[in-house]
Amino acid sequence: MTTAAARIDWIRLSPWLYTIGLFVLWEAAVLVLGLPPFILPAPTTIVAAMVEFWPAIWKNGLQTLFTTLLGFAFAVVGGLALGLLVGWSRTIYAGLHPLMIGFNSIPKVAVVPILVLWFGIGTVPAVITAFLISFFPVVVNVATGLATIEPETEDVLKALGASKMDIMLKVGIPRALPYFFGSLKVAITLAFVGSVIAETVAANSGVGHMMLTAQSNFQVPLVFAGLVTLAVEGIVAYALMAWVEKRMTGWAHRSGFAQ
Amino acid sequence: MSVPITLADVSHRYGGASGTLALDGCSISVRPGEFAAVVGPSGCGKSTLMKLATGLQFPFKGTVTVAGSRVEKPVTMAGMAFQNPTMLPWRTTLENVLLPLEIVRPHRQRFRAEKAAFAAKAEELLSVVGLKGFGAKFPWQLSGGMQQRASLCRALIHEPELLMLDEPFGALDAFTREELWCVIRDLQQARKFTVVLVTHDLREAVFLADRIFVMSARPGRILAERTVSFPRPRDIGITYTPEFMAVVQELRGHISEARAAA
Repeated sequence: MTTAAARIDWIRLSPWLYTIGLFVLWEAAVLVLGLPPFILPAPTTIVAAMVEFWPAIWKNGLQTLFTTLLGFAFAVVGGLALGLLVGWSRTIYAGLHPLMIGFNSIPKVAVVPILVLWFGIGTVPAVITAFLISFFPVVVNVATGLATIEPETEDVLKALGASKMDIMLKVGIPRALPYFFGSLKVAITLAFVGSVIAETVAANSGVGHMMLTAQSNFQVPLVFAGLVTLAVEGIVAYALMAWVEKRMTGWAHRSGFAQ
Repeated sequence: MSVPITLADVSHRYGGASGTLALDGCSISVRPGEFAAVVGPSGCGKSTLMKLATGLQFPFKGTVTVAGSRVEKPVTMAGMAFQNPTMLPWRTTLENVLLPLEIVRPHRQRFRAEKAAFAAKAEELLSVVGLKGFGAKFPWQLSGGMQQRASLCRALIHEPELLMLDEPFGALDAFTREELWCVIRDLQQARKFTVVLVTHDLREAVFLADRIFVMSARPGRILAERTVSFPRPRDIGITYTPEFMAVVQELRGHISEARAAA
């Protein structure tokens, strides 16, 4: 296999090629159709807006990242704790299940006005919205991990005199970890959704707020620049979570199925 | 170091008073250090019998006594192995084998301090079952037969007085199965723990057991009890002698009757 070294690794290259392809198509479409920038700005126009408004994008981008990560951190801690509690006892599970379903079905944007009423406009409602929207998948996943302990494994431990806490520590928690880390990828993405929702409704900083202001000033390229900022932050955070997942639970990813 | 087990007129239902009757008036008595086997058609309640004897389930009628006291909660010193090796995939094979020592008293209090000694003991046990040097591998890196060997080690590491085997050789190829029969035979010979082996392999039961209980189809009852008096240690060669075959045939007759009656 002398050609192996010279051969192009298309799988590694394809994410970049596809992304570049999308932007090239976009640029071409805008040029060919002659779309004005206030309908759909071309990628080059968006980049120009990013350069022009970089201080605002940087500041608001950091603000959104901060509220998102803070809300996400609360969601991870709270979701893990509630997931373990729900997985611990069938009674608690039965009691909390309808409440959690009901709570999760409430559109979070409808909760923001209440949060504003309580905490005023600013960072706090954004953090709380990010928390509320992202903690549900963590709870569900941790509880699922605990609920699917093999009964035979449980029997082996019980016949050794293991307490419920022993079974939880030796089997339940390690077993729930792949589910937990898997849920982090979903949760971090939702956390961005939550904080931006709150920022567009009630905030004086953050990418959501910046986009709303830009829109009312008809600075459409800046609106799109805000979207790009969110996409970049989202991808980086997701990639980080995926990396953490892989590092922490390598044993659960032993199948070659998806490779 | 071993314990007697007695099940006196035990009946068990799953799913409350109107549920399926799994066992109906079973009486079994296993002496300390005895190797008992329970055979019967599939679905006859053999596994239920084992769960009752270890206190993982409680009988709807009758009493279960282990080591002279009535079983009211899970027993604390039994080793168990099932048809499925049930290894924990996030632990290495050695860590899986060590698991009982992290749970069973008094070992758990000393586990941290004496981990090296315990690990050496586990390595030794692994080499007895033919897994020398595989301790650092994860269970999913081993074949099914090797995992089953490791599962036996886990059942034995804490030197239990009572070993419960629920078709542990059922999923293995014939050669591995016979090899593991000999491993269990030798370990039981050396340590004299009480064994209850649930199986539907009649040769396995006759080769290993001192006494065999034959169960009926569901609801399970004890149809026959057969003492096997071949001298120990038994060589695998005896499984091909006419005397051995005669015992197997006799048991086979009981099982056929049980199946026909169902």
